[in-house]
Amino acid sequence: MQILQANDIKKAYKMGKQTLTVLRGVDISLTAGEFAVIIGASGSGKSTLLHILGALDKPDTGKVEFEGLRLDQMSNSRLNQFRNLNVGFVFQFYHLLDELSVLENVLLPAMIAAGPITWQTRKKIKQNEAILLLGRMGLKDRLTHKPYELSGGERQRAAIARALINKPKLLLADEPTGNLDSKTGNGILEVLKELNQQGQTILMVTHDDRIARQAGRVIRLSDGKVV
Amino acid sequence: MIGLKLSWRYFWKRRISILAVAAVALCVFIVVVVMSVMNGLVQEFKEKNHRFVGDCVIYSPSLTGFPYANDFIEQLEAQPFVAEMSETVEGTGLMTSPGSSWNVGVDYMGIDPVRHSRVTSFASTLRYHKDNPKDAFEPPYLQQIDGCVMGIDLILSRRSDTGQYDEPETPWPLRITLSSFPLNPKGGLARAGVDVVSTKTFAYSDHAHSGLVKPDGRLIYLPLEQARVLSGMDAPVVRSSAIHIRFADGLSVEAETEKVRTLWQAYVKSLASQPYAELLSAVNVQTWQQNRREFIGPMEKEQLMLMLLFLMLGIVTIFIIFVVFYMIIGHKTRDLGVLKSIGMPTPSVAAVFLGFAAIVGLIGSIIGMATGCLFLWRINAMENWLYDHYGWRIWDRSIYAIDQIPNTIEWPLLAVVAGCAVAACLFGAIVPSIQAAIKSPVRVLQVSQL
Repeated sequence: MQILQANDIKKAYKMGKQTLTVLRGVDISLTAGEFAVIIGASGSGKSTLLHILGALDKPDTGKVEFEGLRLDQMSNSRLNQFRNLNVGFVFQFYHLLDELSVLENVLLPAMIAAGPITWQTRKKIKQNEAILLLGRMGLKDRLTHKPYELSGGERQRAAIARALINKPKLLLADEPTGNLDSKTGNGILEVLKELNQQGQTILMVTHDDRIARQAGRVIRLSDGKVV
Repeated sequence: MIGLKLSWRYFWKRRISILAVAAVALCVFIVVVVMSVMNGLVQEFKEKNHRFVGDCVIYSPSLTGFPYANDFIEQLEAQPFVAEMSETVEGTGLMTSPGSSWNVGVDYMGIDPVRHSRVTSFASTLRYHKDNPKDAFEPPYLQQIDGCVMGIDLILSRRSDTGQYDEPETPWPLRITLSSFPLNPKGGLARAGVDVVSTKTFAYSDHAHSGLVKPDGRLIYLPLEQARVLSGMDAPVVRSSAIHIRFADGLSVEAETEKVRTLWQAYVKSLASQPYAELLSAVNVQTWQQNRREFIGPMEKEQLMLMLLFLMLGIVTIFIIFVVFYMIIGHKTRDLGVLKSIGMPTPSVAAVFLGFAAIVGLIGSIIGMATGCLFLWRINAMENWLYDHYGWRIWDRSIYAIDQIPNTIEWPLLAVVAGCAVAACLFGAIVPSIQAAIKSPVRVLQVSQL
């Protein structure tokens, strides 16, 4: 079953007086349960495409459909809600909040989804789910630690747990191993592969062919186009 | 929920928030202390003026006074809203003491001490006749002549900076001579030739301490009829300078004064054909505030200026908060992108920082109010300590007519100041918060990755 469909995506940025065209008509689709990788050189538009597919950004032209919903036509508030419930993001630099503990970081998307009143009734259930997730990521003993007290690999696993807490249909990973040594990076890849085996749809961006080879499908991006 | 939690965590984790809290606390402290003291001074000053005048006064600024006061007093006595009245005669003269070269220009006021005490605070300002004002003009010596009640600063040396007077147990045996130009109803001299000046001798029987500079410094109270003779208001028609009125308890001074004004206008109209009726046109019916406007006005202006100064202080606070928040949000740009990427709505992102501002405002206000109240509570003790150890007094009691620095804490004032402080913090944070909230998460995350 197709989960994501994007057609003729174009995106350009204004850099002073010049216009930098990043995407020049990209077509891409993703099937549920797939582990796909977008690969390309630096500046090829991989991250921009990932942001558009994850509803973090809007294309200048083109159509993005997620299970039949037109993301490119949604209001910002609808997009916020959509991202919260359907998409999990994993970033290269983890982007955990230093003021919160690992457990609180993981619970953040769930708290946003529930709202302040409903959260009180769902808190216990979600906390148990988060602890379970962190246990799967090997972070059971790190629940109350602050992100700056963890290693790079641990932080990235905490970030993956945060991305999964709302059981998103799509997990987007932007160079998740880019800031890690190869051993730790391999560990993260193993986690992602395991999640995919359990049915999680994953779209990952990388510039590393070695990593791309481990995915089910490779989408090569060059000069703003799928090649 | 998460917004509040994040606000609280940001507050604790950022050392710069201590600066913001300190700025707010300092502003609140200064405003609470100065406004409380200033409000106390103004309030005390107003109350003293109110007690000096009564609720309402029918007053002629002319030295010739106005006639037919007694008939109007009879009319007023029939009015249920009028509790008490006191007729007065006022004039200006030269005071000397027989056998000495001491002479000073003074104002005098002729009163019936009992009636005047029922309308004003006259009795309570006396030193020796607080409980029996009817004897206020009866000196313990020289009983063959009438007594007079002198303003405290006229008879006693100026108060020291400790605020204390060196008051004798009984009045000194002092005779004073008061000379005045008696005026006829037209404003000319009432008598001609050698008798042009009216002179009378009185014995110092008591002194009055109203706490008001002018009455304490240059007013002498005399028996009503003696003052009338001195001023020339005894003939050819009996005249008065003012009728002071106290209204029944719980009534509005403004509304009842308006009733008196209406009655007075009708009364003046009915006397139009009477001799000297033209003197009635100079008479005003005033509330005590209107009557003492020239004294109260400058103090209220001073209070207004202080409020404007504090408004500027508030603007400085807002600017400090604004700068602090710009710095904090600058540091927290990445977090904003993360929060938005996981679906936090734009208003909630703004609320995180507005919540932070509210916490800064609340904690700053609580600290400022607590220290302000503590300071006010001990302000007199601290001032006394400074005086005892260093001889330094902040408010020289010989200049300020106060016994103590007013330190009453007004809870409504505290509530308003705290509310304004929180509002100032929110105002200072609103622009950076909204700017942060509307930032594109993609831009923010891309920048933070560089």
